[in-house]
Amino acid sequence: MRIRLRYSKHGKVRFTSHRDVARIWERVLRRAELPLARTEGFSPRPKMHFGLALSTGHESLGEYLDVDLREPEADEIDLGMLPERLSPLLPPGIEVEAVSVINRSDPSLQEAVTSCVWRIEVPGQSVDSLTSAVAAMLAADAIPVVRERKGKQVADDLRPGILHLSVLGSTPDDAPETGAVFEAELATQPRSIRPAELLAAFDPPLPEGRVCRIFQWINEDGATREPLSQGAHVTATAVAVAPREDHPDDRSHGRAHDTQDSVGSDGITDPATESAFDFV
Amino acid sequence: MNGLWPQLEPLLAKVAKPARYIGLEDGSQRPEHANDRVAWLLAYPDTYEIGLPNQGLQILYEILNERPDAVAERAYAPWTDLEALLREHGLPLFSLDTHRPATDFDIIGFNLSAELTYTNLLNMVDLAGAPVRSADRLEHHPLIAAGGHCTYNPEPIADFLDFVVLGDGEEIVAEITEVVGAWKVSGRPAGSRAAMLRELSHVSGVYVPSMYDVTYDGSALAAITPRFADVPETVEKRTVADLADFPYPKNQLVPLTEVVHDRLNVEVFRGCTRGCRFCQAGMITRPVRERPAEQVRTMVEDGLRRTGYDEVALTSLSTADFSGIEDLVRDIADSTSNNSPVSVSLPSLRVDAFGVGIATQLQKGRRTGLTFAPEAGTWRMRQVINKLIREEDLYSAVEAAYANGWRRVKLYFLTGLPTETDEDTLGIAELARNCVELGKKYTKSPSVTVSVGGFVPKPFTPFQWFGQNTVEELRRKINLLRDATRKSHGVQIKWHDPKATMVEGIMSRGDRRVGAAIETVWRNGGTFQEWSECFDLDLWLEAMAEHGLDPDWYAYRHRTETEILPWDHLSAGLHKDFLWQDWRDALAEVGLPDCRWTPCYDCGACTGYSIEHIVASATPPAGGSQGTGQDLGSSVPVSLLGRKPEAAAVGVE
Repeated sequence: MRIRLRYSKHGKVRFTSHRDVARIWERVLRRAELPLARTEGFSPRPKMHFGLALSTGHESLGEYLDVDLREPEADEIDLGMLPERLSPLLPPGIEVEAVSVINRSDPSLQEAVTSCVWRIEVPGQSVDSLTSAVAAMLAADAIPVVRERKGKQVADDLRPGILHLSVLGSTPDDAPETGAVFEAELATQPRSIRPAELLAAFDPPLPEGRVCRIFQWINEDGATREPLSQGAHVTATAVAVAPREDHPDDRSHGRAHDTQDSVGSDGITDPATESAFDFV
Repeated sequence: MNGLWPQLEPLLAKVAKPARYIGLEDGSQRPEHANDRVAWLLAYPDTYEIGLPNQGLQILYEILNERPDAVAERAYAPWTDLEALLREHGLPLFSLDTHRPATDFDIIGFNLSAELTYTNLLNMVDLAGAPVRSADRLEHHPLIAAGGHCTYNPEPIADFLDFVVLGDGEEIVAEITEVVGAWKVSGRPAGSRAAMLRELSHVSGVYVPSMYDVTYDGSALAAITPRFADVPETVEKRTVADLADFPYPKNQLVPLTEVVHDRLNVEVFRGCTRGCRFCQAGMITRPVRERPAEQVRTMVEDGLRRTGYDEVALTSLSTADFSGIEDLVRDIADSTSNNSPVSVSLPSLRVDAFGVGIATQLQKGRRTGLTFAPEAGTWRMRQVINKLIREEDLYSAVEAAYANGWRRVKLYFLTGLPTETDEDTLGIAELARNCVELGKKYTKSPSVTVSVGGFVPKPFTPFQWFGQNTVEELRRKINLLRDATRKSHGVQIKWHDPKATMVEGIMSRGDRRVGAAIETVWRNGGTFQEWSECFDLDLWLEAMAEHGLDPDWYAYRHRTETEILPWDHLSAGLHKDFLWQDWRDALAEVGLPDCRWTPCYDCGACTGYSIEHIVASATPPAGGSQGTGQDLGSSVPVSLLGRKPEAAAVGVE
């Protein structure tokens, strides 16, 4: 049985790396005494499959992890209770919010996810100047960048991968540095565009404040959904994610929009999100 | 309470490996500070990756936080990138647990296990906002303390420390807390710091350097004498009589990011009686105190369940010598919890087939490499150092390793040992070549890595009188080895930088005058000196010259029997005449048996403190006490101490 977990990562723990988090998960799954399926061979490892890496220092409301469980023992597990069972074992700031069973034949997270929505704080920027910078970028036909690939300089165009940008307003009160916030939907196919690349591509380049991944989306036949299947078990405190119609103008700017229950402490219900400056 | 976190947060986004500064480990605590609680900041003067696994620091962290009158947090040396940012933003050293400024603590206690970290200690004290010299510190500054193996000669750093702890810390931290707590509650009136330090000097095991006068006769040390009649002439180390009373750490810290020794560690015994003459750890931690096997089993079982680790190390100076080790290993290997395979490792493996037999039982997964420490290349040399491993012991160990599927063997050696000849040095190459030949019977391309370290004589060992080899001599010997193995397929030589060995030698046996040079090196930017990319011999030589100190005199000079040594006013229990006799025996190539299994030869470590070896089982390790020629048969010629309450009657007083 393959299960897919959605978890958040925020606060101090954001400074752990993708590899760190993988090791943390391995220990937590052992502590939870789940019937983990293991690889064959000399040093059997639990079969875990991680999604797109989150850069060290970035927060997230939507990280995913697939875990293979041994059958028939896995049938005994109350999946609805799993988030409550796992979260206390995880470091403060990592919380499991949803879980569902998926098919082993489903494409991997890395193959399936087509775009990510990011909320990016830009320290020292006024809302106005960020607004015009975003407008200029969206107006450009091409955004040529040079990046290093296998030790060689490769020319690339970022513009097709920038699916959506919108300025949300000023940084929330808890931000370490004041400035402005914007949201960006960046493609992960054919290659994943990182927020740092986007910031560097502005003219002049923008500094990076707090960055939070809000969604990972799978676009299938024009419809967009999140990587969990229908009928996923979602915790009471977690923010639900509704399948969305792919009309950018209607899209929400944070998970808080999708639910009555706000998340609170991590600042994503900031009223600034209401006064969005939308551009497409 | 997040203290400095809001200011630190934007800085962490700019530094390498920020996860080492966030705390949050499973097992970490967020203690509540209060005026009637002494706040300890337990500090390790190296990076988080090196310092976090330190068991001594973790034990004291738990013991202190269990007390109603103390709180303890942790700090590690920030890497140079974060240090620069902290200084640029005017931020101090901080605790990991609540990100509180170091200035909020009453005591900053350093664990010192390597001489080259001394400049990091100064740097951390400075980052904590305190003057580096104890004489310049005022009532409101934290007390700067140190413990750990290096503090058996604390003289090079004596001017920077308010107090030093000798020996096991489990019990003494309570007594220190009481003295400092009373002072804290009194409001620390102006001028009271010295009186409080004088009171601390009455605690057995506490050395307060400022309470002693050091006099010199030309370049030689004339005397180190207490300045007051109530300050002890000799400071004795503290020894915990029975490890069973201290099943710590109970909640080993589980780091969120990669560190060295990233596994569950369970200490199975403290002390060692093999009597290897170069080994300071073995000498200063006597007697042997084994943990009851049942307690070890419980600590392993609980620890694995709590941490989620799939590896446990049974730690000690020579784990295969634990009495009843075979039963213990079988039990742990059988009781692999729930559904996950657990691997057990012994950090120091005995050099014989018995040791490999245990390793075979333990290593369930892929067998990659095994490490042995024969330490010297010839039997003659091994008799001098009292590491009584016969060649057949080593060959049987190596053959057993290859026969059981290991492909790589690593051998540790010292060079620059007393009486060492080129024949002894080349013996290392000979052993390595023979090991490769043995391996060819079992695998196509056996590999033997030889790791060579330059020998640094340490205080409280029989070799404390020996003038160490010069940088040039060590380099010549290493080149001799490299030349001798250049055409030996399968043998790789690795070595420790002889220049670092020299500086270690100056610190290891230096006196109080060396402190000025340490301070100068630090002021000139010489931190992280134990990192090869940061180490700079010129910084040290220039600093020594600036203060009129002769590095050769400190490192290379043989000491005489009558010379006053900088640590003569401190005691690890060992009689100086025992050590001198052992030094003469070494030069005469006479070995000394393991005293756990033979009558006492009165080194002083047990008799001086009215304590005894404690063994966990009446069954001596199979294969006997390796190499010493002792046939142990099936009975143990020492008395077994009963468990509680009898053992408790044997006090430390």
